[in-house]
Amino acid sequence: MNSNTKFNVLRTVLSVGIALLISFGIIFLTSKEPVNAIVQLLTGPLQSQRRFGNVIEAMIPLIFTGVGVSIMFAANEINLAGEGAFHLGGLVATYVALNTTLPSGISPLVCILAAGFFGAMVTTVPAVLKIKTESDVLVSSLMMNYLILYFANYVLSNFLRDPNAGAVVSFAVPQATQLNTIFTGTRIHIGLFIALAVAVFGYIFMFKTRIGYELRLTGENRSFARYSGINVIKITLISQLLGGFIFGIGGGVELLGMYNRFTWTSLLGYGWDAIIITTLAKKNPLYVPFAAFFLAYLRTGASIMARSTDVVTEIVTITQGIIILLVVAEQFLSKYKHKMIAKEAKATLTNETEGE
Amino acid sequence: MIFEAIISPEFLNATLRATTPILFAALASAVASKSGITNMALEGIMLFSALFGVIFSAAFQSAWMGLLVTMIIGGFIGFFLAFFVLRLKTDEILAAIAINLIANGATILILLAVSGDRGVSSSIQSLQIPRIPIPVIENIPFLGRVISNQNILTYVSLIMVVVVHMFLYKTPLGLRIRAVGENKDAAESVGISSKKVKYISLIISGVLASIGGFFLSGGYLTYFTTGMSAGRGFIALAAASMGGNTPIGAFLVSILFGAAQAFANILQLGSWPYELIQMLPYFATLLGLGIYSYIRMKKRQRLTGK
Repeated sequence: MNSNTKFNVLRTVLSVGIALLISFGIIFLTSKEPVNAIVQLLTGPLQSQRRFGNVIEAMIPLIFTGVGVSIMFAANEINLAGEGAFHLGGLVATYVALNTTLPSGISPLVCILAAGFFGAMVTTVPAVLKIKTESDVLVSSLMMNYLILYFANYVLSNFLRDPNAGAVVSFAVPQATQLNTIFTGTRIHIGLFIALAVAVFGYIFMFKTRIGYELRLTGENRSFARYSGINVIKITLISQLLGGFIFGIGGGVELLGMYNRFTWTSLLGYGWDAIIITTLAKKNPLYVPFAAFFLAYLRTGASIMARSTDVVTEIVTITQGIIILLVVAEQFLSKYKHKMIAKEAKATLTNETEGE
Repeated sequence: MIFEAIISPEFLNATLRATTPILFAALASAVASKSGITNMALEGIMLFSALFGVIFSAAFQSAWMGLLVTMIIGGFIGFFLAFFVLRLKTDEILAAIAINLIANGATILILLAVSGDRGVSSSIQSLQIPRIPIPVIENIPFLGRVISNQNILTYVSLIMVVVVHMFLYKTPLGLRIRAVGENKDAAESVGISSKKVKYISLIISGVLASIGGFFLSGGYLTYFTTGMSAGRGFIALAAASMGGNTPIGAFLVSILFGAAQAFANILQLGSWPYELIQMLPYFATLLGLGIYSYIRMKKRQRLTGK
């Protein structure tokens, strides 16, 4: 491990530590039973099989979004339409499930692939718009999310709504299309394996293939990549398509695994969660499951804490925000980094002199 | 019937009201963009301001004092963003996303700590900036019902379009902001501190956005609810961007969003698919952004001779 990697790991761990400490500070300030709240937050998820199951259930969608955004951001495009791709993925999976009759083995597969296809369309629109008109991807991708939200609301209330249900929800997805539970006593479904496979695939794609190499090069230095003969437009498009596809299947898997009806009438925020995950995982899909586990654990702990004490779950979004701020702040601990590099350089020099 | 609703003075009146928060934030976005920074934290600043407006107007028992404190806090959040971006070299988008996340959680936490309320500030006796009739104009038949009897902040937002325009194009500081945004190195070479200028424009941006946020809970509605900025910060970002980051352009696009929202509110009452109407402004923005960017790209290509 060279000093740069060592420093990055150290800084990430330290940032997470500081963020947690600040959150504990807030809990101490606002709660009447702070110690109990913190104990619940940190150990709650380990207290029963069902609770630990909740962590894994919450981790599954986070893995998809983390990998998806890692691939999209690798092209140095701040494309935030993953949120919309995830949302549309859930809608399309429901729509296909309710409007087709396929054998039970194939049905979920078709639903999820359709979800991925439409997800890819969502994230590609801002990318194509940028290529054709040089318009800002950030702005157009944010607009896409709201476009998708209201479109989904429209489809839900006009084509999928179950009039016998009290709330605005779709008809129930047939049992055969829902994803099977793999551990009894929890709701962990086979989507877990799909998610882990996607993470491994994402890693291989980004770090072991030619396109992945070209993608990372394009992201780091677009002009250099272009002069090296890389078709940067093609590479960017591929990354946005693939990222959106992964967001889309994530939405499909989440819906078929955790819900039996389409109930999403507002944006769920998975696009924002993806940002913290890719920040912690340093855009490496292989680290994404760990970051996703961390966030899912924290969330589950927070909701247990909220149920048994007077602290609200939203404390976690503050923790999340602080982690992003500190991990991304390049100058945070930069003096220490400088010292570390200088020390290593000295050590190398001494070794070399001794060797002579 | 729908058509009659659109040309009614009530609809146009509602349009101006719905435009107000977006317009303040769009002006905020324009000022930041002119200095070369995308201020995506508008969303979080508005949400914070909506809450602090309620808290401080109740604390001082004065809506204007509440607004003043909220503006100071808004300016501080702008400074906070600038500090992370300029001093700690944080990516401006990621820093803004972090601020927005913190706003989501902190507003709920603070509301609970201050009042014991969950979700809605029902137990806080907050005050609102009042609506006022405008003397002569209120008597003009159609126009009077559109323009008169609006919230004071609605009038302020319209005046701010002119003020921000004058500020950016007619004052030395405005010139510096634009110079830094156009070409940082060129501005530095004539002795302008680009960092200082960016700090100032993000603080101004924070103050403007906070007035928009204050309006949400102290004029548009009379209470704070969780997540009440509801994407208006992002809409404002888009409005400013599509309006070429000029105050006048931002104003015109903001009106479009305000009208669409007022229109959707009318249709919500009938059997019309109002979700499709809600899609319209976003679709229009995508289209408008594409066309605007395309024209700009062609112009640039022509100028550079490529």
